[in-house]
Formats: sequence, C-alpha cells, structure tokens
Amino acid sequence: MSLRTSRPVRAGQYLALLCYLVFLAFPFLWLISTAFKPAPELGSLHPTWIPENPTLDNFRQAFDEQPLLRAAANSLIAALSAGVIAVLIATPMAYVMARHRSRLSTAATGWVVVSQAFPFVLLIIPLFLVLKNLHLINTLWGLIMVYVVWALPFALWMLVGYVRAVPPELEEAAAVDGAGRLRTLVSVTAPLLAPGIVATALFAFITAWNEFFFALVLLKTPEKQTLPVVLTHFLGAEGASDLGPLAAAAFLATLPSLVLFAVIQRRITGGMLAGAVKS
Amino acid sequence: MTLANATVQSGRHGPPGGPRDRPPGPVNRNAGTWFLVLPALIPILILSVGPLLYGIALAFTDAQSGRTRSTQWVGVLNFQDLLHDGLFWESFRIGLVWAVGVTVPQFVLGLGLALLLNENLRMRWLARALAIIPWAMPEVVVGIMWRLVYNPDAGILNETIRDLGLGDGRDWLTGLATALPAVILVGVWAGMPQTTVALLAGLQNTPHELHEAAALDGAGAWRRFRTVTWPALRPVALSITALNFIWNFNAFALVYVLTNGGPGGRTRLPMLFAYEEAFRYGQFGYAAAMGCVMVAVISVILAVYLAGRLRGGEDR
Repeated sequence: MSLRTSRPVRAGQYLALLCYLVFLAFPFLWLISTAFKPAPELGSLHPTWIPENPTLDNFRQAFDEQPLLRAAANSLIAALSAGVIAVLIATPMAYVMARHRSRLSTAATGWVVVSQAFPFVLLIIPLFLVLKNLHLINTLWGLIMVYVVWALPFALWMLVGYVRAVPPELEEAAAVDGAGRLRTLVSVTAPLLAPGIVATALFAFITAWNEFFFALVLLKTPEKQTLPVVLTHFLGAEGASDLGPLAAAAFLATLPSLVLFAVIQRRITGGMLAGAVKS
Repeated sequence: MTLANATVQSGRHGPPGGPRDRPPGPVNRNAGTWFLVLPALIPILILSVGPLLYGIALAFTDAQSGRTRSTQWVGVLNFQDLLHDGLFWESFRIGLVWAVGVTVPQFVLGLGLALLLNENLRMRWLARALAIIPWAMPEVVVGIMWRLVYNPDAGILNETIRDLGLGDGRDWLTGLATALPAVILVGVWAGMPQTTVALLAGLQNTPHELHEAAALDGAGAWRRFRTVTWPALRPVALSITALNFIWNFNAFALVYVLTNGGPGGRTRLPMLFAYEEAFRYGQFGYAAAMGCVMVAVISVILAVYLAGRLRGGEDR
C-alpha cells in the first residue's frame, strides 16, 4: 500500500472494524454463555456475560430431552450421502460443461440460474407428491435424493470453475504421449481437480447438514428427523430453565459446520468467483 | 473426442482458465459425452425440472392433500381467489419489506466491511474468522441464538438496555411494532458475511495502479471510490444484490424459528404463508398458485432492477 492514510482516518477505520467485530461476535458469545449457565443463573433478572458457576448440565439435559444423537446420526447420513453423490454425478457433467460449448451446456447453465430463483414451496409440493407415490416420504433416502438435486446447481457452478482452471494443454500433452481418453481423465485431470472436488463435496455436506425446510416437510416421525428439525422441538413453551439445554444443543449442532467451513472457506470463495467470472 | 479438435485449435487458446470459444462440433453429441452427462441429467430432470413444471401445473388444479376424489383442472380459479385474498397480499407486502429491508443493509454493511478488510488493518484476520460464523451456521441455530439475545428476561439485549439506563427493554419478538424490525436485523446479520466476501473478492480484482495514479492526480478517497473502485466492483455488486434479494424473498427457516409468522401475522413471509396453506391446510393447488405469483413478481422486479442498473452503467 503506497497510499498513505492519515491518522484520524485510520482511527476511524479501526473503530468501524471494532463495531463490526462486536456485531458479528456477540450473539454467538451469548449462545455459548447461555449454554454453560446453570438454571438459577438463567432465571436471574440480571444475566451476566460470563457464567458464575459454569456447568455441563445443560448438555446432559439436552440429550435427555430430545433424541439428539439419533438426529445427529440422521443428519450425518443425509449430509454425507448428499455430498458424495452430488459430487460423483456433478463432476462428469461439469467437465462436459466446461470443456464443450454445446446447447446442453447452455441449457444446464440456464437451469443452474433459474433453480436459484424458484421459491422452494413451488418445488416442495410436487416433490412431496412424487415422493409420496414412491413411498419415500418420511425416509432418509427421499430426503437424500432431494438434497442431491438441491446441491447440484452450486456444485456444478463450482466444479465448472475448477475444471476450467485445469489447462486443456495438459490433457492434450497426455494425448500426444499416447494416453487414451479415460487414462487422461483419470491420471491427469482427476488429480488436479481433487482439491476442488473435495471442497465442493464438503460444501454440499454443510448445506445439507444445515438444511431445514425440506427436512421439516418430508420427515414426520421424530426418530427419522434431522438435527435442525429436532432442535425446533425445544422451542415453544421455553421457560427460563429450558433456555440452557436449547443453547447447548444449538451450539453442538453448529460445530461440524463451523469446523468444515473454516477448512474450505478460501476454496469456496475461489470456486464461486471462478464460476462467476467465466460464465 | 475433442482432443483432435482441440489440438488443431490449440493456437487459439487463451491463457489457462480463460474463456474458450470452441465451436460446437458433431463430436459433442457422441456416446462418451452422454455417458458423462446422464448421471446428473436424469436426477435433474426427474427431481427438479419435472417437479417445477408439475408445480406450475398444480396451480391450475384444485389439488388437496388426503382427498379421494381425483384432482380437477380449475383454470385460473386459484389466481382469481388469490387476487381477493387480502391476507396473502398483506403477507406479500411484508415479504417485500423484509426482502428490501434485509438486502439493502446487507449490501451497505457488507461493502463497508469489505472496504475495511481491503485496507491494511491489524485485526483483519479476526473479522474474517468471525465472518464464518453467520455464514456456516444452520439457519435454525441462528434463529435460536437470536431468540436468546432477544429474550425479554434472560436476553442480553434487554440487560444491556437496562444497564445503560434506557428503560426496561421489551419483548422484541412478540411486540407488534418491533417484531419485523427485530427479524430483519437477524436477516442482515446472517447474510452480511457472504455479501462481504463476494464484494471483497471484487475489490481485490480492481487495478491497484489506477488507484495510485488517481491519488497522484489528487483525487480524494471518495473520488477514487467513485471513478476507480465502483466501476470495477459494479458487476459483482449487481449480481450479489440480485441473488440476495431472491434468497431473502424466499427465506423461511429463520423467521419460522424466530416468530413463526407472529405476532398476528406481522412477520408472516409469503413462504411461511404458502407453507401453512400447503402442509397445514393441505391446499396444494392454492399454495402452488402462490408460488407462481411469487416467481412472477420476483422476476419482474429483478428484470426492472437489472435493466435499470445495466443501462445506468452504459451512460457513464
């Protein structure tokens, strides 16, 4: 930076940044604080930032009140399957879309854009009817199918960007050296794409792990429901004593997303832009 | 299959990652391509394109849940009913207030933070790390978290207000006047980081030399922003606000958890309204018609917005 910034301006910038930091952090800190507070402190009229007698009771109570482990297992199965399947079927298609300009690629890009604009309600009613006819309502498999298709637009968008970043000259060189088409894809293109594929799969995992609306509509019985749906069962008649378990469960449900997201954040941004710049 | 094609043209390739303008040849339509495309294409057709068309068709029927009589075509009856459904239009109005009320601050605050992060400040890494939280968090948890903040007795907001001597605070989420603003604030919080990151990436693409040249010529910070930064940032800004607007208008989980549409329907977004219509009252056809109206209005608003903005860009 060769542009000098004057002192008062710098001070103002730091002040503004501080405001942003507080705004971003305080709700999350409050959630953590509530999760570790014992019931009497939660009922107190003057809540404090730092629990005076931190406790893990809320976590135990949360697991007693709702089938959280079961819900977490359901979420894990749904999100993992959705992430893996989405990437498996999206990568070949993204390759075609990136390397060949054809009517199919144009149509697929159009679908990616249009699918973002449709309200879910217009999609969920027919999906509900279709899945009902297939007897897939209230099953994780039905939900996984919906998640895969729901994750596809973004997965395609990101993957097309990653494929374009692999120079076709490398593939051509392999072909000149006598490698067949499949061989080229497997031993030249795939290794270069691997980091992008992993990032895309993780992103699909996170979106499925966090998803609420489809799970709410499609899963009816508590033992089938995913974590976000089960979390809403804590709501309703929450007295002061129930705030603790609610906060504890919400905090735990966030951890996987936060950790994974921290891992892939840079790649997500890169992928989003790669797709955006070149389409 | 295109390798032969590609080698012939390789002289025309731009730098790696640049746009390729290979003409579509007959090679594209061979079996190999279909083999690569079908695994994604079939689910897309069956579970996305098909249902969307089916959904639009449902809007012209009297489909209901749990009915034995077969579904009938009713033409535009659902839309006629919608036209006179005051509750729906009230919900629609709330949806627009919410979408604009969230999208605009998201953009303004996001731009502010992006500009700060683009400077050489010391705490940048912390802001970047914190920005992950709202972005990665499940919407349901965001809602729960802010319910704890807004809680009239045990919440930190009222406690802070009491500490500052500004009164007793209030029950933000159940007050008729405060519910919608309170919910909008949460929407801004949840969506700001994504906007910031997109804008920051756009900022980092603006040519630095131009900035320095403008500074040497004596342009102030505001002038430099107007003449150098903004033109480069404009495409990113346009697409992120358009996307944010769509996403916000179609929002569901956040408000479902925070207020479930209450108090007295003051925060009943169109999605919540349509959800209740479809899955509480079982009026599939009517709810589908609502969805169609939402798509239509959103498309018109976006078309006007984008057309206006793009024209504005050419005038410069």
